[in-house]
Amino acid sequence: MSLVNFTTREITCKIVYYGPGRSGKTTNLHYVYGRVPEARRGRMVSLATQTDRTLFFDFLPIDLGQISGFSTRFQLYTVPGQVYYNATRRLVLQGADGVVFVADSQARQLDENIESLQNLQGNLLELGVDIRTLPVVLQYNKQDLPRELILQSADLDDALNFRSVPSFAADALHGKGVFETLKGISELVLKRLAAGTAI
Amino acid sequence: MTAALNAKFSFDSLVVGAANQLAVTAGRNVAENPGTTYNPLFIYGGSGLGKTHLLMAIGQAAQKLAPQLNIEYLTLDEYVEAFHAAVAAGQGDVFRRRFQNVDVLLVDDVQFLTNRKEMQAELLRLCEALQLAGHQMVLTSDRPPVEIADLDERLISRFSGGLVVDMGVPDYETRVAILRRRAEERGARFQPGVLETVSAAEFQNVRELLGALNRLIAYQAVNDTFLNAAGAKQLLGITAAPPEAESPATGAARTPGGGDEFGAFLQDVTATVGKAVEAWRARVGEAVLRWEGEGYRTHRLEALLQQETPGAVDAVIAAFAKDVERLRALEAEVAALDPQAAGQSMFRDPERLAEARELATKVQEGVAPPPGPSGAFPLAAFAVGQSNQVAVSAVRAALERPGKQYNPLVLTGKSGLGKTHLLHALGLELAQKRGAVVACLSTQDFVDELISAIDGNRMDWWRARYRRATALLLDDIHLIAGKDRTQEELFNLFNLLQERERQLVFTTPAHPKTLDGVEERIRSRLEGGLVVELAEPDRLVRRAVLERVLAQQEVPFDEALLEYLADRPADSVRALSGLVQRVVAAAATQDAPINAGLAREVLEGQSVDAGRKSTGVKTSGLVVSSLSGIRSREKMVWEWPDMVERMIEELR
Repeated sequence: MSLVNFTTREITCKIVYYGPGRSGKTTNLHYVYGRVPEARRGRMVSLATQTDRTLFFDFLPIDLGQISGFSTRFQLYTVPGQVYYNATRRLVLQGADGVVFVADSQARQLDENIESLQNLQGNLLELGVDIRTLPVVLQYNKQDLPRELILQSADLDDALNFRSVPSFAADALHGKGVFETLKGISELVLKRLAAGTAI
Repeated sequence: MTAALNAKFSFDSLVVGAANQLAVTAGRNVAENPGTTYNPLFIYGGSGLGKTHLLMAIGQAAQKLAPQLNIEYLTLDEYVEAFHAAVAAGQGDVFRRRFQNVDVLLVDDVQFLTNRKEMQAELLRLCEALQLAGHQMVLTSDRPPVEIADLDERLISRFSGGLVVDMGVPDYETRVAILRRRAEERGARFQPGVLETVSAAEFQNVRELLGALNRLIAYQAVNDTFLNAAGAKQLLGITAAPPEAESPATGAARTPGGGDEFGAFLQDVTATVGKAVEAWRARVGEAVLRWEGEGYRTHRLEALLQQETPGAVDAVIAAFAKDVERLRALEAEVAALDPQAAGQSMFRDPERLAEARELATKVQEGVAPPPGPSGAFPLAAFAVGQSNQVAVSAVRAALERPGKQYNPLVLTGKSGLGKTHLLHALGLELAQKRGAVVACLSTQDFVDELISAIDGNRMDWWRARYRRATALLLDDIHLIAGKDRTQEELFNLFNLLQERERQLVFTTPAHPKTLDGVEERIRSRLEGGLVVELAEPDRLVRRAVLERVLAQQEVPFDEALLEYLADRPADSVRALSGLVQRVVAAAATQDAPINAGLAREVLEGQSVDAGRKSTGVKTSGLVVSSLSGIRSREKMVWEWPDMVERMIEELR
């Protein structure tokens, strides 16, 4: 998918929220959805199970209007976190311009985080994308939980952020860090325009 | 302090009608020659009639023509406030010098000078100083100087010393033009007749009129439906506020502070994209957007975007802009001469500049003539008989010596007697003469054209178009009733054409002297020529018309049928057509040949073959005199239910 189309003057960013199950990917999208004026957002598509787990994926299109003469759209996706939905995850990852990896800050979820990160890397490789060339940011969600239950951002950075990409502490349920994360990934994605390395 | 001039209020956006024409002309004059013609110019009129608009338009036009001019616009209250502030600060002299150096001083609402002796004295001094220096003053008020209570005599004489003009309530046509323009500006569409209905209502000023328009727009937007004329009338008849149901929530406001985070995000993204997108592509993109937004085709610029490293991007953009300017100039030129030609797509495509040039040349060579007569009404096809002999003779006489013998010629008569046919027939004959420009149209079209011309500020073009006509033929002239502006324009056109011995022909359903709502000066002019009446068609005419209609239907018919139908009563030519239609339709249904027998059966409900209908004809027993008004046998009820059937009917 082309990020920038100069002929039709469109910029379309596909951003995928990736991470283990119950880390808060859908919550991120819900918060963004609630803050985007109705005229600028499309219908949020959520395919969830009865227990509100993402079954297939969430999709939220956002129209940012004309920016520098370009009609700019963001498409935000989440993947299902559960291990057994890997085919779906790979499908959603296809053509992504950037990835937000949403990690669960709870100490007991560290292994799931690492596993999911490795899964991301593996799926990208299968799609022929080197994770080092793709804009990625990390979000350490659930930082509002009691300190004794969670790992601090620095610890999570040590454990997960070995490539030193931008990372954001967040409490997606209450919105803290949600837009900072989105801004972070958007900047990385859009800066690639200058380098002419649009996917 | 020209910043106070609102750019929206220019001469271009001012709809000019009879009620404000003098004031606008004076205003234009003042803007073009400040301090020389009308000084001071004093404009008065009721609230909401456009005084402030005109005042600002004068300021803007003057500034545009001479940017070095020091132009100041303010209301009297602002002037008073500035004066008090200056006096309080001990800078009265600075205040005076400030205003004495103004080249064009525009003061709004001077009626508030009442009971302000000190300000009156100050304004008097200023007035004298400005006039002495040859600087322009334009003042507005809701009443003429003499009626401003307690106003110093010297000020009255000063104000009245230049030109005092009033702005009245706009006439019907101007009101329609105003509404159409505003509706267009707002992108609102209405069903035919809605704006005309609103215009016909008695609004005291333009503001109220636009208020009504706003209500219509709001109603249509809320209900997502188009109002018709009756609906609009009903809506505006309601004195209470229109239903202002809230539009669907926009979403952003639903969550507290919701817009902020997204807004900040949007700003960041905008900044990033701005930095990231290659500058030249952005420039091209902007140019494409701009010109596309204005309705121009941008192939040339889009082609640039396909290239990796285009050369002189800015030169291409500039050349494109220049071509657009040329197209605009050409379009404006063409629009002034032939508005319909101006709408063509070539004026929106810089790649077709050459074509546009060719068209402009063509149009310049021959200004589009006014609407001409319809070819569907040749004189040869007009059936002549005793009932219309006089009218046809008058038409022939007019053809022999157009403009000299019967001028104007007025054809009167009920609907369906062939007035329109005769009018167009005369027009067609006149149009065959060398160099003839025959304007032949319905009065409604004439009014609509006038309104469009007012709307487009193309009155000069409109007048020029009709003034070059060698004959003016208007159908249904009674439709000008109540349309003051049309009557004014027609009156002038009438005089001019008559003076030049150009033939004038009108049709009307009744004698001109009986036309209500038509000004006496027009009525008397219509009566001043020859008024001839077309009577109900006599047998000869009926026969000729029937023969033609039957021939047009391409059905075989015999003499007996023609004779029978010609004997039937018919009060108009149109009714004859109706007779034939009925017979032809019946023949098709019954799969029977068209003949007198069938016609009798269809039109009288009576069979020629008495054996087939033993009961014969039953009548109501009423004998109706042919003078009583019921002349058509078809409209009579011949078959009544018998007594038993009637009783059953009543029992039910």
